[in-house]
This record gives sequence, C-alpha cells and structure tokens, in this order.
Amino acid sequence: MTPTKSGDAILSLNGVTLRFSGLVAVSGVTMSIPRGSIVGLIGPNGAGKTTAFNVITGFYKPTSGYVEFSRAPSESVRLTGLPPHKVCKAGIARTFQNIRLFNNGTAMQNVMVGAHLRQRGTWWMNMFSYAFPAAAREEREIASGAYSLLERLGLEKYADSPASSLPYGAQRRLEIARALATKPSFLLLDEPAAGMNPQESAELLDFIRRLRDEFSLSILLIEHDMKVVMGVCEHIWVLDQGELIADGAPNEIKANPRVIEAYLGKEAVAHA
Amino acid sequence: MSQPSENKNPARNKAMTLIALALFVSFLWWAQSHLDGYKIRIINLIAINAILGLSLNLIYGMAGMFSLGHAGFMAIGAYVSALLILTPEQKVAMWILDPIAPWLPGIHAPFIVSLIAAGLFAALFGCLIAMPVLRLGGDYLGIATLGFSEIIRILITNLTPITNGPLGLKGIPSHTSLWMSYGCLLVVLICMTRLMRSNFGNVLRAVRDDEIAAKTMGVNTFSTRVLAFTMGCFGAGVGGALMGNLITTIDPKMFMITQTYSLLMIVVVGGLGSITGSVVGSVLVTTMLEWLRFVENPVTVGSIQIPGVPGMRMVIFSVLLIVIIIFRRDGIMGMNEFSWDRFFSFCGRALKERGAS
Amino acid sequence: MELNMFMQHFINALGLGSLYGLIAIGYTMVYGILRLINFAHGDIFMLGAYFVFFATIQYKLPWALGLIIAVAGATLCGLLVDRIAYRPLRDAPRISALISAIGVSFFIENISIVIFSGMPRPVVQPPALMRAFSLGGVRLVPLGIMVPVISFVLVGALLWMVYRTKPGLAMRSISHDIETTRLMGVSVDRIIALTFAIGSALAAVAGVMWALRYPRVEPLMGIMPGFKAFIAAVFGGIGSIPGAMLGGISLGFVEIMSVAFFPDLSGFRDAFAFILLIAILLIKPTGLMGEKLEDKI
Repeated sequence: MTPTKSGDAILSLNGVTLRFSGLVAVSGVTMSIPRGSIVGLIGPNGAGKTTAFNVITGFYKPTSGYVEFSRAPSESVRLTGLPPHKVCKAGIARTFQNIRLFNNGTAMQNVMVGAHLRQRGTWWMNMFSYAFPAAAREEREIASGAYSLLERLGLEKYADSPASSLPYGAQRRLEIARALATKPSFLLLDEPAAGMNPQESAELLDFIRRLRDEFSLSILLIEHDMKVVMGVCEHIWVLDQGELIADGAPNEIKANPRVIEAYLGKEAVAHA
Repeated sequence: MSQPSENKNPARNKAMTLIALALFVSFLWWAQSHLDGYKIRIINLIAINAILGLSLNLIYGMAGMFSLGHAGFMAIGAYVSALLILTPEQKVAMWILDPIAPWLPGIHAPFIVSLIAAGLFAALFGCLIAMPVLRLGGDYLGIATLGFSEIIRILITNLTPITNGPLGLKGIPSHTSLWMSYGCLLVVLICMTRLMRSNFGNVLRAVRDDEIAAKTMGVNTFSTRVLAFTMGCFGAGVGGALMGNLITTIDPKMFMITQTYSLLMIVVVGGLGSITGSVVGSVLVTTMLEWLRFVENPVTVGSIQIPGVPGMRMVIFSVLLIVIIIFRRDGIMGMNEFSWDRFFSFCGRALKERGAS
Repeated sequence: MELNMFMQHFINALGLGSLYGLIAIGYTMVYGILRLINFAHGDIFMLGAYFVFFATIQYKLPWALGLIIAVAGATLCGLLVDRIAYRPLRDAPRISALISAIGVSFFIENISIVIFSGMPRPVVQPPALMRAFSLGGVRLVPLGIMVPVISFVLVGALLWMVYRTKPGLAMRSISHDIETTRLMGVSVDRIIALTFAIGSALAAVAGVMWALRYPRVEPLMGIMPGFKAFIAAVFGGIGSIPGAMLGGISLGFVEIMSVAFFPDLSGFRDAFAFILLIAILLIKPTGLMGEKLEDKI
C-alpha cells in the first residue's frame, strides 16, 4: 500500500502549523491518509499528536496550512475553519485520550446523542409526536439503531446502566459506539489501548480491524503501546516536537534511527 | 429486536395514572367549593411556582446554564399579559405620572391569548439576551442574566407611558382559577416530559455533562443552549403572567432578585434536572414560605406571648438553602423521575422491611 | 461644562471608582483562586459599614478605633463564610458552591434586617472631613481626596504582598494549579482563608468610606455596589488586582460622567454597569488586563 497518492486519500493535512502565543505546537505537518486504511500517529509525550487531532476535528484553527477531507472519492471539503460539530457532520468522529462520556446518561442515551446529528425530526415534532408520526417513527428507529450498535460492540447488557458505572474497557468501547452512531467514514482514536492489560490490547487489534471492515471506515490512531501500533497500522507517521520526522510501514519505522533517537535519546542510537 | 424497556407494566401504569389524575381533579373540585380564599390562593401559587420552577430547571438543571434572570422574564410576561387584559377604561384611569402611550388603550385580548403573548415576549427577550451572553458560557452567565433582569426592572420603572412606572398596574381582571393554573401546569408537564424523553433531551443533558464531547458528536452546543434558554424564558413569561393575574396587582418591586432566589430554592430542593423534583419542590417551598409567616407573627403559647420577628422567614429560608446544598446536594429527587414501577418497587421493599421487623 | 464643575465630577468619579475597585479586589482574588463568584462579598462590605456605624455613632468611639473594629469584624465574617459555606464544597460541582454563595448572601442580608432593622440609619460625618477648601478654584472636601488616596495606598500594599512575599507567591501559584500547589506542601486552605481575609478587610475599608460619603447605612446597601464591583472585576480582567482597580475606576467614571453630561439618564444609572459588562464580554471576554483561560481537551 502506498499512501502517497493524493487521489485516493480520505484525509490530507497540508503544511499544517499551529502556534500558541509564540510556542509552536505543530509545525508544517503534511500527511495524506489512504481511503480504507488503518494508520498510526506516534511520537514521544508532548510531540503534538493530540493537538493534531484537535486541529483535524475543528477545536483549533491552524495558524497556516489546511485540512482536506473527502468522504467519497469524487468529493472533497476543506475542514479548516469549520467548527467541531460541522466537522463531525462532514463524516469525522473521534474518541478522547481521557474518556469523555456523558456520565449521567445511560449507555443507550450516549449512543443516541451520536445519532442526533443525522436526525431529521425536530424538538417540537417530538413534543407533539401524535401530530408527527414520521418523527415518532424516526425516534424509535434511532433507539433501536442505538441498541443494535451496542449489540455489535458487545455492550447490550449495559444498555440501561449509567455510563460512569461501566468497567473501564467497556467505557472505551462505548465511546467508540457513540462515535460510530454519527455514521462517520473516518475515525480518530486517541490512545485506544491506554489502561488495558496485554490480553485486552491483543483483542483490540482484531477489534480495530473489525471496525474498519464492518463500518467501512478509515482509521487514524494515536497510541503508545507499540505492539498495538505495529500490529494494526499499515502506515505510521512519527511526530517529534511538532514536526514529522519519519513515515513509512511499521518495519521501516522500527529501524529508523531518527525515530529511535526521538524516543530513547542519542546514546541509544549509538548502542544500536 | 429485544428492546430494553423502562415500562414493565404499561396497562397497570396507565390505569394508575388515570386514577391519580381523577383523584387530583376531585380534590381540586372539593377545594374549589370548601376551602377559603387564602388556602385556594396558596394551592394556585403551588401550581404557578411549579411552572416557574420547571422552566428554571430546564435552563439550570437540564441544560446546565447558571441563569439568575428569571425574575426579569417573569416581569415581562406579567406586564404583557396585564396590559393585554386590562380594559381601555381601566388603563386610561390608571396612568397618573405620565400620559399613557396613545396606542396602548386600544390593545386588548382574551386571557389565554395574553398568556401565550406573555410567553412569546419573554422568549423573544430571552433569545436576544442569550445570543451574546451564551457565547461566554460559565459563571459570567449568572451575573449577566442577573444584570439583564435588573435592566428589565429599571426599564419598566422608567418607561412610564407603557408600564405606569413605579406605581405598577392595579385591578387586573382575575382569571386564574384552580382549573386555569393546574391546566397550565399539566400542559407544561406533558410538554416537558415528552421533550426530555425524546432524543433532544439526551442531547440537552449531553451538552450539560460534557460540552466538548457533545461538540465532537456533532451537536451545535451554542444553538442547543440558546433554544433551551428561550424555552425556559417562555415558561417564565407564562408563569409571571399567571402570578400577576393571581395577585391582580403588579409593580417593578415584585420582580427583584429575591423572586429568582425562591425559584432557585424550589429547583435545588427538588433536585437539579428532575421534573418531578421541581413539582415536589414547589409544594414544599411554597407551603413552607407561607407557614413560616407564623414565625413573623406574635404567638401565644398558653399564657406566654412570644413576639414575632419580622424578616425571620427569609433567614430560615436562606439557612435551609445552605444546609441543603452542603448536606444533600442532590435535593429530594436527584436527577430521577417518578414512575409507577419505581413507586411500586419502593412500596414493595417498604412492606417487606415492615414484615421482617 | 465649566472646568470647575468638571473637576468636581472628576474627583467624585475617582472616589466612587476607587471604592468599586477596593470591593472588586475581593471578588477578583477569590475568583482567581477558586473560580467562585463570592456573592456574599457585597454583604461583607455592608457589614463593615454597619460595624463602624455602631462603634462610632452608637458607642461614640473615635473613628480610627471604629475603622479597626469594622476591619476586624468584617474579616472575621469573611473567614466564617469561607469556613462554613464554601470549604465543605471545595470538591463539589461549581454550581453547588455558587448556590451556597447565593444562600450566604441572602442569609447575611436577612439576618441584618432582623438585627439592625430594615430602616436606613444616618451617619454623622466628622466635621473635620467635611470642611470645604478651595484648590485652584475647585471646591473640595478632605473626604473626597482621602477616599482615592487611601484606596491607592492599600492597593499598593496589596500588590507588594502578592508579588514580594511568600504567602503572595503561594496565592499566585494556587490560582495557576491548586493540586500541584497542595503537593508542594502549601496549606491551601490556609492560603484561601488568607485570601478571604484580605478581600473582606478591603471591603470593610470600602464600607467605612462609603458610609462616610453617602452618610447612611442600610442592610441592602451591599447588593448593588457588590454586583457592580464584580462587573468591575470582570471588566478589568478577572484574577488581576490592578485590573480590578482599573475596572472599578472605569465604572466610576462611566456612572458619574454619563449622568453629569446627560442628566436625563439618571433613572437608568444602575443599568450602565450591566451594559458595560455585556460590551466588554463581547469585545474582549478576558477583560482589559486578564489572562486567557484555556479549556483542556
């Protein structure tokens, strides 16, 4: 798989730079993610990975450069300048490093919020649903859709439990279920393996592949667990101090001296 | 498809609801003919305070916006409604300080229309205010809405040709009966329950719980908040109109910040985010405020005369507010709602415990 | 407008503004550290005015002693408010602390009505402070000069404390990151109490000068100056002490000058502050001298 052809890219960053009052968080990042692939963004702590996610999802506006998204092969939109909810509407969903569920809601309600984005019926139709049978039907469809999404991710037994009461692993999966409810074609996962034991993270590999195949997604993930990254990603970008220092297939990245230097320091390279 | 359902026994629950409703209607019918005017007034006030509490709870408990402007929106509603139902002769006779605005005496509408107009006017102002202020979010909202409520009061005091200034409006024809206020409460309850059970309710709670996550899920948090705020103001307008009509006299001093505080108390006592809670809170707070009037009157116990302490009512009231927020932050209901299933399982447990002991 | 008239308004505005500023400092310091609008602050100011009223008018003590009693009494009240109503809620959602603050404010106002009665009471101004003199053709009274001078001296002393002493350093570090500061071995609760004490003491001084300027005291006199001072704090940039002073003085000038130039607007005077608030929040939400607070994603 060669990820450089821009023609079949689903998402591309073009010279994206972000400065916070003098401090450069992300600098001239250019990357292009092939449609249908699972790719990774790695780098030491503070390299600017989550900041890059925040630029893509519209929380930060880049100082220069732009992000382009193509939901279908023939169409393309510029995301830069769109607020987060419009980015989501365009077809991009994400999870968070420190899980951000709606803690007072049940698992079902969390997923249903994701489905609201593509809901046609409005609040006043639901208030007087006797007069608007179509809106009432849509509400029921959203509920049953949310429930089947929970089933597909093995969360149905938690449907009526408050999100905050779920076990940690289930909370991570619920966050993904909620993201899927927005019907995305591109999914950003921010450290999906954080806090998991080796067995759980081994299962995660299959899970991520299954997500891609069943929901026809392209996936970009940030991860520190190298087993996960090397095991699932087809292409990897390495960020260090806001700059891309390498990209390539997992094997190339493992052997790249600049990457080893960024992670372990100069002496490690000398010893290697 | 196996759907989880909250409703374990729909036929029984429906029957229970109808029975409860019938019992309540017969209570109102009995109250109407047997209780004295003072008591009927308090029962009316409970319904009106419940409407106001619910509308504040929508802004505050459901959507998580710290608003302190409810009294202002009530004032708008009360004035709009009163100006619409006062007869032209009454209006012409009432303005003493300044001549009345020439177009005003001609405007007249039936009570129900005036209620809707009151809600719409308050909602319009609410929306205009929410647009700039909700961009900020957070704590400034409280102080800004409080400011607006004061500005509204200052405007009412100074726009004498329209509002009769500090003298207020007197002799408002009374239409607020028990049927009227509880009818309004029922409509508000039905609308609000349906709203909060729909997916829009989920979205509203999501915005309250985690704004950033809600944005990421494609929710336009700003317009959702403006909408909830506007709806809450509609309720405040209707409630203010009903209250003015019940008392038949309104003036700017009625709508000071104290008014907002007692609504806040209703919402907090009942539980932020619970519809049931606001109704329960209204019953408790309204009756308590009336009952506490005894503290301010001299009491004779046997041969000992205890002098009344004017102002003591509000002291107790504020201490209660602090105690509740420190020791029982969730109020009576927390974020839970009443349901028959919950009610029966609670009764079942209580009976079992009794049998065991 | 004649220059003479204008100078009188100018001194007037400076005096009112510096009083707003003194009260605003208490708001800005507490908000900077706890992110809490201390609604009871305006009522502490009122208590300061009452304490001096009772000490000097009722018990005929000298004004200097009255000032000390007022400062001590108000400081004690401020500390009690923090201890009873705010400290149990440090880890609660912020909305709970706000409701508690409203409850406390409501409590102080009403208990004052019960104890002091709701009637306004006149304050007899010491004649020495009211002896008019003329400076370059402008008629002045010593009180008019005293108010801004005392205010500025106090603010100077406070700035020295915050930027040059150890407790000041602890305060600044708590406002940046309360958890880390706790880990560094600083007694956070004690520093927060100190913040409340300083804010209350300044509010009491403002209360005393207010009672002298508008010679009367009443239980609800703290509400409006309290709100306006909070607005001044937001205007100047919440968390910044010089900002609070600047905000207070700006507000003083807006209120005095607009009524001076447009007497028809005097009925709307109390609305200006709120209009100013909305304007600054729309144009520069961080206030004139405030730092931007970033949301963490």
